[in-house]
Amino acid sequence: MQIFVCIKQVPDSGQIRVHPVTNTIMRQGVPTIINPYDLFGLEQALRLRDRFGGEVTVMTMGPPMAVDSLRKALTFGADRGVLLTDRVFAGSDTLATSYALSYLIRKAGETWGAPDIVFCGKQTIDGDTAQVGPGIARRLGLSQLTYVSGIDDMDLTDRQILVRRRGDHGVQVLRSRLPVMVTMMEGSNEIRRGTQADALRAARAEIVQWNAATVGISDTSLCGLRGSPTVVKKVFAPTARDEKAEMISTEGISPSGMAEALVDQIFSRQPGLRDDLFRQAAGH
Amino acid sequence: MNTKSSRPAGGGRASMKRELPERFRSYRHVWVFIEFEHGRIHPVSLELLGEGRKLADQLHVDLAAVIVGSGRAALHEVAATTFSYGADVAYIADDPVLADYRNEPYTRVITSLVETYQPEIMLLGATVLGRDLAGAVATTLKTGLTADCTELAIDGERSLAATRPTFGGSLLCTIHTLNYRPQMATVRPRVMAMPTAQERQSGRIVEFPVDLREEDMITKVLDFLPDTANEAAQLAFADIVVAGGLGLRTSENMQLVRDLAQVLGGDWGGSRPLVQKGWIPAERQIGQTGKTIRPRLYIAAGISGAIQHRVGVEGADLIVAINTDPQAPIFDFADIGITTDAITLLPTLTRVFRQRLAVNRMAG
Ligand SMILES: Cc1cc2nc3c(=O)[nH]c(=O)nc-3n(C[C@H](O)[C@H](O)[C@H](O)COP(=O)(O)OP(=O)(O)OC[C@H]3O[C@@H](n4cnc5c(N)ncnc54)[C@H](O)[C@@H]3O)c2cc1C
Ligand SMILES: Cc1cc2nc3c(=O)[nH]c(=O)nc-3n(C[C@H](O)[C@H](O)[C@H](O)COP(=O)(O)OP(=O)(O)OC[C@H]3O[C@@H](n4cnc5c(N)ncnc54)[C@H](O)[C@@H]3O)c2cc1C
Repeated sequence: MQIFVCIKQVPDSGQIRVHPVTNTIMRQGVPTIINPYDLFGLEQALRLRDRFGGEVTVMTMGPPMAVDSLRKALTFGADRGVLLTDRVFAGSDTLATSYALSYLIRKAGETWGAPDIVFCGKQTIDGDTAQVGPGIARRLGLSQLTYVSGIDDMDLTDRQILVRRRGDHGVQVLRSRLPVMVTMMEGSNEIRRGTQADALRAARAEIVQWNAATVGISDTSLCGLRGSPTVVKKVFAPTARDEKAEMISTEGISPSGMAEALVDQIFSRQPGLRDDLFRQAAGH
Repeated sequence: MNTKSSRPAGGGRASMKRELPERFRSYRHVWVFIEFEHGRIHPVSLELLGEGRKLADQLHVDLAAVIVGSGRAALHEVAATTFSYGADVAYIADDPVLADYRNEPYTRVITSLVETYQPEIMLLGATVLGRDLAGAVATTLKTGLTADCTELAIDGERSLAATRPTFGGSLLCTIHTLNYRPQMATVRPRVMAMPTAQERQSGRIVEFPVDLREEDMITKVLDFLPDTANEAAQLAFADIVVAGGLGLRTSENMQLVRDLAQVLGGDWGGSRPLVQKGWIPAERQIGQTGKTIRPRLYIAAGISGAIQHRVGVEGADLIVAINTDPQAPIFDFADIGITTDAITLLPTLTRVFRQRLAVNRMAG
């Protein structure tokens, strides 16, 4: 079977710093990682390949340096990596991103065979919209299965797939038909350690690189900033609530003294809450 | 690409005046998608009606509830509820195919409703259902969708200014959809205040005919396994919440947080790193990617106050921060602060609260 896994290279959020004056993110020297949510899809893809055979292709749209993430994915055992990179994609919002990715997936399908499953991450840790997966599904006419906590069964001849999906109030058991777009819940599996052979292969592998023209995009007005209906108007630091917090003094005061002062302060600010607490206590 | 630097805020290409094309000029009214599943309305839908009412009043247009499901009586009852929460109009799509949420038929119905009645704004909850649906609808309509907003406003040109927190520390961004309609946004549960219901309000009901056949549906719902009511689910609704962060140093010290919460009859939680370290279960995480809380009292011990945490607690009536670092960002939005070791102060605070309540019990 053919499985495609969409991954996004994201800055390692633990190491992001914001410039105190300009309010811009200082990316210089910030290491990048594969969006952690995408690894649950990748591992699921590898497990399906273990069971049913076939190929796992990882793909991304991003700057040239995104090849590093694809190579990393190969070390876990993916068969090949494809990068879609072109200046026309700069500034894409989710609509423009799913537009570009749908062309990438179509072209990859023509090249290696149409995908039975396209995996996307549940969301990213930077844009964090969870909108690209549904966008791809819609554009390619794939059945959309988001927040999947497990794939229970699949039949390649019947083209049926049985999944559990995490809803807001419980778990839905769904049957659908391939091809599907799946996003996996976090914690549904753990990415394997690749083999030594995978690591060697990944280091040498040639990452396929395409641009807008090679994947067949002729109308670049639907790409990048121009193709993005959303516009970021303003980026700003949150303002302090009203004023800084009122500080309880601690100089030469014992913990008991501090606690007494703190409770006094809380009760004087929230007399209603105090009364309710006393009422509850008395009721017991 | 896809970065802040390539999505300029002001000054750059993005701020170029973009005209609303003629075909969108007639789009009017504010819509709220009502999440109605397993016989209950998701509270976020009512919160959105409260927020939608404000936007509609500012724009001098109607507020409409969009109700999708199966069963005439039940759906009309939902409509009546939405009227009491401020809706002027309710669009009802009623069909057995719509009984359980599935992306395909719901996307079809909502997009055809939008194409028929042309709203200028459409709001959905940023729940599992809402996120699944919104992305598919926006892509079908080829319009903009802003995710996980914490603030909505109307600017000088009838445009929706949707503000959301962004990754990596203390930033928010305001996003507009200038030349497409409807302007779509999702909002997390408990970010907006729950409005109070008005008795006996009435509104206009529009029954929207749908043409769906079960045979055409590729995805089938075979079963639904409801969650057993677990206590952590109550965290979002607790009156008092005590939470711990990395400043507590060890997972054992979380007990100090639980003890204080218990004395106060409240609930407890923590920052995200504690989930990652396995000190607390994921459903106890408070913040952008965890629970949003709106308690009357929130006590944060050893939490720095990163923006992703802040957005989850800002709706609290009173925020108390205990942190050894006087420069910790949490003091920028806490109401009461104390710079001291939380590991020492927490048990003392628990004892003082217990004493005060006990004294009162004897008096009462
Ligand atoms: C601060 C900020 C706020 C933003 N807010 C919005 C907003 O509200 N609405 C909006 O439309 N856009 C928004 N954007 C733009 C958005 O982040 C980009 O369009 C981004 O390319 C994709 O969105 P995401 O990161 O949210 O992905 P998600 O939709 O969260 O990603 C889900 C999955 O899709 C796949 N995927 C996503 N991007 C790629 C890629 N480039 N290559 C391969 N697979 C991919 C991955 O599998 C990923 O796990 C914002 C950007 C910034 C910087
Ligand atoms: C996409 C994304 C989503 C996120 N979502 C969330 C979320 O939902 N919720 C969330 O909480 N975080 C979230 N985060 C993480 C967030 O950015 C912060 O990293 C996190 O909130 C920090 O947790 P903390 O305050 O416990 O730890 P730290 O930031 O390490 O703070 C510890 C604090 O404890 C203080 N301290 C140390 N010792 C003591 C002591 N003895 N007594 C008192 N104080 C002491 C220190 O001064 C410090 O201020 C998210 C991050 C990203 C990138």
